[in-house]
Amino acid sequence: MSEKLYPVSITVNGKAHAAEVPSRLTLVDFLRDTLRLTGTHVGCEHGICGACSVILDGAPVRSCLMFAVQLDGCSVTTIEGLARPDGTPSVLQDAFCEAHGLQCGYCTPGMIVASHALLESNPQPSEAEIRDAIGGNLCRCTGYQQIVDAVQLAAGNLAKGAK
Amino acid sequence: MKAAPFEYTRVSTLAEACELLSEHGGDAKLIAGGQSLVPMMAMRLARPAWLVDINRLEELKHVELRGDALVVGAAVRQCVIERNADAVRSLPLMNRALKWVGHVQTRNRGTVGGSVVHADPSAEIPLVACVLDATLVLQDTSGRSEVAAREFFFAPMVTAIAPEQCLAEIRFPVWDAPRVGCSFEEVSIRHGDFALVSACAQVALDADGKCVRAALGIGGASPFPHALPEIGAMLEGKVLDDMLIEDAAVAVAGLIDPDGDLHATAEYRRFLARMLAMRVLKAAAEDAAGKGAK
Ligand SMILES: Cc1cc2nc3c(=O)[nH]c(=O)nc-3n(C[C@@H](O)[C@H](O)[C@H](O)COP(=O)(O)OP(=O)(O)OC[C@H]3O[C@@H](n4cnc5c(N)ncnc54)[C@H](O)[C@@H]3O)c2cc1C
Ligand code: FES
Ligand code: FES
Repeated sequence: MSEKLYPVSITVNGKAHAAEVPSRLTLVDFLRDTLRLTGTHVGCEHGICGACSVILDGAPVRSCLMFAVQLDGCSVTTIEGLARPDGTPSVLQDAFCEAHGLQCGYCTPGMIVASHALLESNPQPSEAEIRDAIGGNLCRCTGYQQIVDAVQLAAGNLAKGAK
Repeated sequence: MKAAPFEYTRVSTLAEACELLSEHGGDAKLIAGGQSLVPMMAMRLARPAWLVDINRLEELKHVELRGDALVVGAAVRQCVIERNADAVRSLPLMNRALKWVGHVQTRNRGTVGGSVVHADPSAEIPLVACVLDATLVLQDTSGRSEVAAREFFFAPMVTAIAPEQCLAEIRFPVWDAPRVGCSFEEVSIRHGDFALVSACAQVALDADGKCVRAALGIGGASPFPHALPEIGAMLEGKVLDDMLIEDAAVAVAGLIDPDGDLHATAEYRRFLARMLAMRVLKAAAEDAAGKGAK
């Protein structure tokens, strides 16, 4: 069966992409399979794990719970868009390495997207606020403590002027 | 791709959405935040042939005080109402409730109206709508009609809405009294999960500390969000001391008839309802007492 295709144009990490997609293609599949931006992970595909988190018009959202066709004209930032312009890790990404905020790394893109969005709106979050911001992201390895430590470390480094 | 194939239309007016719903009947579904519908489509528990996207309908995104009600458009996102100054001031119970609704990421997409129509018996927003006796405004090609939230919910995911109807807005009554307090509490397996049982209360006190108005409801313990006006009647005209609140909590446990499931037995749910009713009544009374002390 050939499926009807819908034209979409979505800006991802500052670059406009036009494509023709089946309506049922989720945003995460569009990012990973169509654009080959595999930094965004896909875990449960039904909204539970948060691995697929991306930033849509400034706010973190689950990319498995929307269809690419819905996002025509929208602007998305993925984990690939959070590194420094030269491709080296951001202050927050560095902090995740430093504080052992990851083990297998499956949850990490979602964790970093969620904490990045938090630090953008609240540069000095309390521990409770950090836990709330990553509350929708599951991690099966770290026990979360080092992730919280990493976000606190990043907040401290950013406050000291790290870029 | 996990969902079954469907035809997609992004509508630019509510009238157009209603036309499509009326044309395709039960084969079409509206998509708002997608936070409940898309998981159901991924699991193929829902397989609409047409998906009608109402995300860009500005006419469903208003939040405004109108008379003695706060009117919220169905497609207002949960994160918007969480921060809206009028809502925070005039509908504090909604603000308390939203802290329990999913996570930051789901509230950034999920809508107030989507939660109401989805009608999970543990959902917080429908419970607030029932407790405050909100009115739902439905629209179809023949016009608008109204239904009380308390008459809307029948069973899990079963409501009074017809397949060709769209929820347009919800009118939440605002209590116009100087000393209004409220509280929302729930027990879930992990924060952000659906509640095993939830409870919320709103009370108004007069200058002498006597209760002039009270509303309480329990979620997750009945097939629908359960407002208990009997409890309000029991509390009005009295001072909300610990003894009265404990009596009210016992009465709550007698008024509900929870089912047991994999997550909690019926007995445990009844126990939670009693404990949570006690906590929210105490907290709401304290909240109200702290306002405009005599
Ligand atoms: C991980 C996770 C945790 C969650 N936790 C909670 C929680 O703790 N508490 C809670 O209450 N919810 C929770 N939810 C669900 C909540 O996020 C949804 O927002 C809500 O249930 C549905 O709103 P929506 O806008 O996403 O609706 P959608 O998913 O788009 O739609 C839901 C249903 O409503 C219909 N619909 C939507 N809008 C209208 C309208 N205007 N008129 C007529 N029909 C309409 C759709 O056709 C569909 O049948 C959770 C979701 C996830 C993914
Ligand atoms: S893959 Fe999207 S939430 Fe799990
Ligand atoms: S590092 Fe393995 S899931 Fe989080």
